[in-house]
Amino acid sequence: MPGTPPATTTLLSIRSVAKHFGKNIVLRDISLEIAEGEFLTILGESGSGKTTLLRILAGFEQSTSGEVWMSNERLDTQPPYRRRVNTVFQHYALFPHMTVEQNVGYGLQIANRPAVEIATRVAEALDKVKMSAYAKSKPSKISGGQQQRIALARALVNRPRLLLLDEPLSALDANLRRQMQVELKALQREVGITFIFVTHDQEEAMVMSDRIALLRSGELEQVASPREIYNRPATSYTAQFIGHTNLLHADVLNGSAMCDRLAWPSSLPDGAALFSLRPECIRLAKVVPPALATAKAAPSVRFRAKLRDQAFHGATELLHVETESGLVLTIRTASRDVPAGPLEFEFAPSDAVPVRPTSLGSTSTSASSPASAESSAEVRA
Amino acid sequence: MFSRAYRTVITVPPLLWVAVFLLVPYLLMFCYSFWSVSDTGAIVHSWNLANYHDLMTKPVYWQTLLRSMWIAARVTFFSLLLGYPLAYFLSFHAGKKKDLYYQLVIIPLWVSYLVRAYAWKTILGSDGVLNTLLQYVHLTKHPLDFLLYSPFAVVLTLTHIYTPFTFLPIYASLEHVPRNLVEASHDLGAPPAQTFRRVIFPLSIPGVLAGATFAFVLSLGDFLAPLLLGGPSGIMISNIVVSLFGAAYNWPLGAAISLCMLALVLSLLVFSERLEKKWSFQ
Repeated sequence: MPGTPPATTTLLSIRSVAKHFGKNIVLRDISLEIAEGEFLTILGESGSGKTTLLRILAGFEQSTSGEVWMSNERLDTQPPYRRRVNTVFQHYALFPHMTVEQNVGYGLQIANRPAVEIATRVAEALDKVKMSAYAKSKPSKISGGQQQRIALARALVNRPRLLLLDEPLSALDANLRRQMQVELKALQREVGITFIFVTHDQEEAMVMSDRIALLRSGELEQVASPREIYNRPATSYTAQFIGHTNLLHADVLNGSAMCDRLAWPSSLPDGAALFSLRPECIRLAKVVPPALATAKAAPSVRFRAKLRDQAFHGATELLHVETESGLVLTIRTASRDVPAGPLEFEFAPSDAVPVRPTSLGSTSTSASSPASAESSAEVRA
Repeated sequence: MFSRAYRTVITVPPLLWVAVFLLVPYLLMFCYSFWSVSDTGAIVHSWNLANYHDLMTKPVYWQTLLRSMWIAARVTFFSLLLGYPLAYFLSFHAGKKKDLYYQLVIIPLWVSYLVRAYAWKTILGSDGVLNTLLQYVHLTKHPLDFLLYSPFAVVLTLTHIYTPFTFLPIYASLEHVPRNLVEASHDLGAPPAQTFRRVIFPLSIPGVLAGATFAFVLSLGDFLAPLLLGGPSGIMISNIVVSLFGAAYNWPLGAAISLCMLALVLSLLVFSERLEKKWSFQ
């Protein structure tokens, strides 16, 4: 179930790809189209099959079934050294016996480019990643972040049609990582090469990607833009994996959803339904004069709850509140002092997004245990 | 921190061992090499360089030393020729059978050296397995006499015996080649042959050097294979040392030759270690 098809031309087409390792099914029936110049992130927990999918695209693994096409050319039957695809490896995989310069020039040398061309293109590539000063160094003499840049230059210098990046930032410390995210995104726009980026970090995925393909146990859970996947998660797994959420188990009856004592209009058919309500969509209710309140078209859902605990996160604060009937909800507010005593909260009915139930690992997903939902939503190393 | 007593207990025994079984004998050898033997066979404790002079001037000594080095060089070459592909196959293509094959390579090391040398004698002799077979299929009319009691027999036997010693360090170095480097090379467009030449082989050089050193040093000092299979033309330097310390009863000259070999081997070890360091990137 691919997301909104991109308007531009398709570069890569993954068709019903599956991969089995013996009895272990790592990928099942993956179909995905990737547009020319797109930055697509394959996001998933460890063991979701994201690295295997990338390795199939690079040619290091053979898919058990299915096909991969790159603009009218079948890719998956070709060995890795004939594909116009380059990879940035998780641990950089720089050749330790070669200098930085030789590493970057490796692909061009293999392709038998003239020495002058190799020298200019290597110099350009090193310049692009701001590593010209280290051209003669051995990889062991430079830092992890610098090795990362060299790995990037070594791949980009070959002008691949598709660049695969296998958790390239995971070994960097948090600050350097944020800086590299911005640089990498800028570089991708500049060179216009299609990037497929694998990560387990949902924030990284949201910051960098044009689209995110969320993988769960070898299947695509949802493919959409970061905004869409965050605001309109299709499943409870997506809602929990990307950001925090409150999952509300509601009963729909005659166009109205009921969860505990909360009720809001819903167009779903009658029966049990699951809704995702982002913590930042719940606000402390303002005391509104009745005259103004009636003017509002869609009345907000209001409820009273008392504060159980509160965690300071800098700009925002996470509150755990408990309603009178025992429903526990997570709320994100701007940092400020929360008044003591019973509080009144509200949210807009349209912010309660209906989601298909899919389990997040073995964790139970119930709104009355937001602790578990939150811990699983925070799965990132 | 460890206590003083503990440190004493763990450091003194090995130091003692080295002193008693290495330093003292070497020191004795060193002294002997400057002494001489009287006509009556007694050791004359007067210091002179006569033994070293003999060594340089009498062809039998330096020629045998050169021949030994030539034999050792050939053994090294053939051990690498056999050991490298074997190690490469095991490390990169043996899959799940890797451990089994590894054991198969190691097992011959459990068999006594003598047994293996005698086995070659049985195979190469004039009415041995090989000659019988060759005559049976009418490839030859008479037994081939260069097979046994020749440098050929020594090189063959030593190659058989020392190939596992070359294999082991090469295998270890190949196992340490990060597989993502191989993938990176393929990814950058290099087919398997180029990947081997530009990435895998350069990274396995320390293992090759270690293996070559093993084969060369071990076969240079070997005396059993030439004794059993070498014949007069296959004599090696150690056989001379053995006879000098034994039948000839000329310990001083034997000591001088031994020290020369020691110096040769030590300088070789230092040299190969330097090269290995130059090629090691871990």
